[in-house]
Amino acid sequence: MASLIAATSRSDVVIEIGALPIRLHTDDPAFLKLLEERYAGFLTSASEARFEFQVELAPPGRISSEEDVRVHCNSGRWSLERGDFRAEWDPAAASGRIRQTANPYSIDSVLRILHTLLLAKEGGFLVHAASAVRNGRAFLFAGLSGAGKTTIARLAPPDATLLTDEISYVRKLDDRYYAFGTPFTGELARLGENVRAPIGALYLLAKGRDNKIEPIRPADAARGLLENILFFARDPELVKLVFQAACAFTGHVPVRRLTFLPDSRVWEMIA
Amino acid sequence: MSEKRYIARSSEIAARKLGGEMVIMSAGDSRVFSLNEVATAIWEAADGRTPLDEIIANRVCAEFDVAPQVALEDAEKLVQELASQGILLVSDQPIMRSYFSLRETS
Repeated sequence: MASLIAATSRSDVVIEIGALPIRLHTDDPAFLKLLEERYAGFLTSASEARFEFQVELAPPGRISSEEDVRVHCNSGRWSLERGDFRAEWDPAAASGRIRQTANPYSIDSVLRILHTLLLAKEGGFLVHAASAVRNGRAFLFAGLSGAGKTTIARLAPPDATLLTDEISYVRKLDDRYYAFGTPFTGELARLGENVRAPIGALYLLAKGRDNKIEPIRPADAARGLLENILFFARDPELVKLVFQAACAFTGHVPVRRLTFLPDSRVWEMIA
Repeated sequence: MSEKRYIARSSEIAARKLGGEMVIMSAGDSRVFSLNEVATAIWEAADGRTPLDEIIANRVCAEFDVAPQVALEDAEKLVQELASQGILLVSDQPIMRSYFSLRETS
């Protein structure tokens, strides 16, 4: 999928991740420029965004008293907050507001949360995983911090297209699972390519003395995936949706354990 | 003789049986648990009405090669662990149906 870079006006920008365009309005030209630079490759000229957000910039300082991310739903309206941002989102009205200081990290967090909420409704999710496309299929490498996501992304051969080294984006479309590129980066600090591909396999990463791929039991596959899915809201219905999404995914996509050395030969097994 | 004990699945969970093993997610804090086949049999029988010793006799000892006393001791540990995690309810009285899981799917 080709990405088109164009701000639709001087006061807004449409960021399209996972083929879900979200328009951000801001009155601050410097912040607009920051967004354009941060999400280069994920900006679109789409005139119809799925959701509209007004970003209000606050002076430096705390925005919320919440230390950790807090996400909850009240009468159909979502509230997202952390020390550095506060956001409200009304899915029915397809609009919301974000209050934060002028930095790229807060908006990045808000976008991640919004996408987890959007994806949960349609059987998808964000997962702590590197991902890359090879021979037309996407491969995901899941694991928490230190598992080797960035390492395996760094070792990818030239013919592999990197989707992300940190947060993989999974959508279910027409009964198939696709991985999309994301701008959510890890240590590699390199944006993924804004492309998508059907998922060939998901590997749960483990470091070891040799390179090997092993089958795992269905329950371990689901548990391993669930432990890596980004999850913010404590809403019981959302928990149920994410749980169902993970179980359905493991029923459709091969999930294996990949033990590897920090050596590019591991990619000889991935194709 | 010890009192009867009853167990029931919490309603605050999502669960699914995959390959003979139960995977459970707590709705409260998103923690994930998986149960082996024996624990899954106990979990499935946790209807709030059947005493634990009957579950052990009829579901565990009848289906798995394990001595009753060993099975009961292991089950007690399992029940205690799951109860401490908030995903299983334990009582010396039958447990009302309203507390059962409504989110379990097969």
